[in-house]
Amino acid sequence: MSATTHDHVHDHHDHKPGFVARWLFSTNHKDIGTLYLIFAVIAGVTGGILSMIMRAQLQHPHGTIVTSGQEWNTIVTAHGLIMIFFTVMPAMIGGFGNWFIPLMIGAPDMAFPRLNNISFWLLPPAFILVMTGLLLGESGTGWTLYPPLSNSMYEPGIGMDCTLFALHLAGASSLLGSINFITTIFNMRAPGMTLHKMPLFIWSELVTAFLLVLAVPVLAGAITMLICDRNFGTAFFDPAGGGDPVLFQHLFWFFGHPEVYIMILPGFGIISHVISTFSRKPVFGYLGMAYAMVAIGVVGFVVWAHHMFVSGIDVDTRAYFMAATLVIAVPTGIKIFSWIATMWGGAIELTVPMLWAIGFIFLFTIGGVTGVVLANAGIDQIVHNTYYVIAHFHYVLSLGAVFSIFAGFYYWIGKMSGHQYPEFWGKVHFWMTFVGVNLTFFPMHFLGLAGMPRRYPDYPEAFAGWNAVSSFGAYLSGLSVLVFLYVCYRTFTSTEKLAPNYWGEGATTLEWTVSSPPPFHTFEELPRIR
Amino acid sequence: MKGLWRRLAAGLLGVAPVLLGGLPAWAADKLPAEGPVPWEMGMQPAASPVKAEIISLHHLVLVIITAITLLVGVLLAVVILRFRASKHPNPSRTSHNTLLEVAWTLLPVLILIVIAIPSFRLVYYEDRTRDADLTIKVTGHQWYWEYAYPDKGNIDFNSNLVQDEDLKPGQPRLLTADNKLVLPVGKNVRILITSGDVIHSFFIPSLGVQRYAIPGRMIETWVRIDHPGIFYGECNQVCGMNHSRMPIEIEGVDPKQFDAWLTEAKTKYAADAGPALQPARELTGGVRQVADAGR
Repeated sequence: MSATTHDHVHDHHDHKPGFVARWLFSTNHKDIGTLYLIFAVIAGVTGGILSMIMRAQLQHPHGTIVTSGQEWNTIVTAHGLIMIFFTVMPAMIGGFGNWFIPLMIGAPDMAFPRLNNISFWLLPPAFILVMTGLLLGESGTGWTLYPPLSNSMYEPGIGMDCTLFALHLAGASSLLGSINFITTIFNMRAPGMTLHKMPLFIWSELVTAFLLVLAVPVLAGAITMLICDRNFGTAFFDPAGGGDPVLFQHLFWFFGHPEVYIMILPGFGIISHVISTFSRKPVFGYLGMAYAMVAIGVVGFVVWAHHMFVSGIDVDTRAYFMAATLVIAVPTGIKIFSWIATMWGGAIELTVPMLWAIGFIFLFTIGGVTGVVLANAGIDQIVHNTYYVIAHFHYVLSLGAVFSIFAGFYYWIGKMSGHQYPEFWGKVHFWMTFVGVNLTFFPMHFLGLAGMPRRYPDYPEAFAGWNAVSSFGAYLSGLSVLVFLYVCYRTFTSTEKLAPNYWGEGATTLEWTVSSPPPFHTFEELPRIR
Repeated sequence: MKGLWRRLAAGLLGVAPVLLGGLPAWAADKLPAEGPVPWEMGMQPAASPVKAEIISLHHLVLVIITAITLLVGVLLAVVILRFRASKHPNPSRTSHNTLLEVAWTLLPVLILIVIAIPSFRLVYYEDRTRDADLTIKVTGHQWYWEYAYPDKGNIDFNSNLVQDEDLKPGQPRLLTADNKLVLPVGKNVRILITSGDVIHSFFIPSLGVQRYAIPGRMIETWVRIDHPGIFYGECNQVCGMNHSRMPIEIEGVDPKQFDAWLTEAKTKYAADAGPALQPARELTGGVRQVADAGR
């Protein structure tokens, strides 16, 4: 994609507001994106500390770090919610989305800057509420929140209500953000940028925003009913009052399944750009890539009950959900093969972002194919809720989504901060993480096949071996986070000046036409796409 | 130890359950205990036809997904080695190849059909048994299991975890229960599962059985145990603080022994129930459950 743009070298008259006005009342998409990214790092480290506690407890049977099952369950719950709602989503959608949607479509800012501000500022209180639930030790239901366990009879404390309100706030934040994204992408593209010329990252954020707008209200409805059941004597999910616990599962997973695509789709977009840049080739099969994401989004809405294969749903229903779930492998396969085809015949440079991207392709493939195993309702009968499931979703999220976040970080940090990361330490970070997470999560497949249930603070001795391996892998991954923090420190203290397009001819999207870092206001005069 | 290495080796080949499924016990005394073993890499050996079918489908899928993963890995390696900027400085501009794109859309569809056909068969096979020789009712509680034999009279008892300090040598920790669920080998057993409080999951890996225990619902599945043995399972849906401390221990015995056990159980567990509860139990335990079973 080529563009004629203005040179923003003359940004000395670029007026920036004072600290409070700039960061607390921010309406600038770049500043809000930065806030989101900082928030995601803080939440990610918090969730990561919880992982370390869990792996230390599970390193051997008879673990004594976590003293009660209830405490364990609240840690499990908080880890899940923090990583999903406060780490991956803020980084992918709020962070990179806010930063690069306007820059890539050549818009001066988001369509609704004040809405953008409140989208972000709903998150910190939501995070505090989740932490309250954790610290009170009163939200031990798992992130799935299934009643009756989440009813007031079994989780009587206010911590559970705090957790539910946290989801309401985080949900409202995502909804407002998505409305903003959709409006911006539909109305504020630079002249000449048709939908079919839009960068793939924009496509991925657009599909994600639609998934959020359609899925989050269903979660909001479900948790509103749950809050009413807990506090106002209704019985939506209480069988004693004619309610149905399985109804909650349907509502939850109608949201929950699209949610997992919400977490991975922006990653697909980032990976496409990184692969194309460092192969110095345009993305292979652009339209196929874009519509594969649309297809994943659409089919993602009609597969939710594959999370409920053992909830007693009818056998014909199970057969349908199994078939629909298998179908998702097709568009996902298209994406994997198109990325490889993009690299084929290219001039590949193995920079740090490219390493993360290639790592993503391979690990996401592993997570994807174990998804095919789980989609078979017949096999799922034995691996449902076991560590096989934990391995599967950490391969697609903890390895897939997080690898794409790091790919995006290393790809764009120079653009965002104006400082380049240290290549050597970036590589150290990559290899440590790669080895660490594989050591952590691959043995979990074995544990799951052998029948180890999830959410167990202690386990029969037979599972000790692979759990120990997994814990050592987790410590290595934990150390790699320290390397990442060191990379951040080195990056922000670097004095190197960066050109607008420091990646060279492979980087063709509009953000590479503005200076690094971009001026406070970009595209005051709209670029024109030929 | 020997068993361990045999399984480890077999697990590496991904065929552990097939090789070992039919073998007799490695435990020297009475009944073989079938649960997880250290460093296991595959599924627990099959002790029911459903589990045997699960293992065979899993093998098919495992072969396919391993091939796909290797293909992607090899392609990535080739691309990295052949098209490094140092070796291949001038990138091509190719961004379309209709034949290739159609191929990588249609081939996965064919592979999925190959998986789906046996998979559909398995789902229907697992669902329920038409002609049950015996019906049992399982009720999950915080944090123990309650077992009843509604068509065998007044048998209804609780099964609790055996605490660490009470374990006898050879009994696995967190898997051993005080009162086992006793089932006849070779008979079709209908299992009706419900819960008295929150959701639990009745999960026995070696028998290929898992269903949620949900309050207000009666969920049906079935099992036919192949050979005598002790089969271990665990609660598999988070149910509160003692989620990891409500094991399932099943003793599969031959039908004659089962009848003998029934006679004994009728007196043993009837006494446990206490006189005051007797009439109520008759009503809810006997008649109602049979009605549920015929639902």
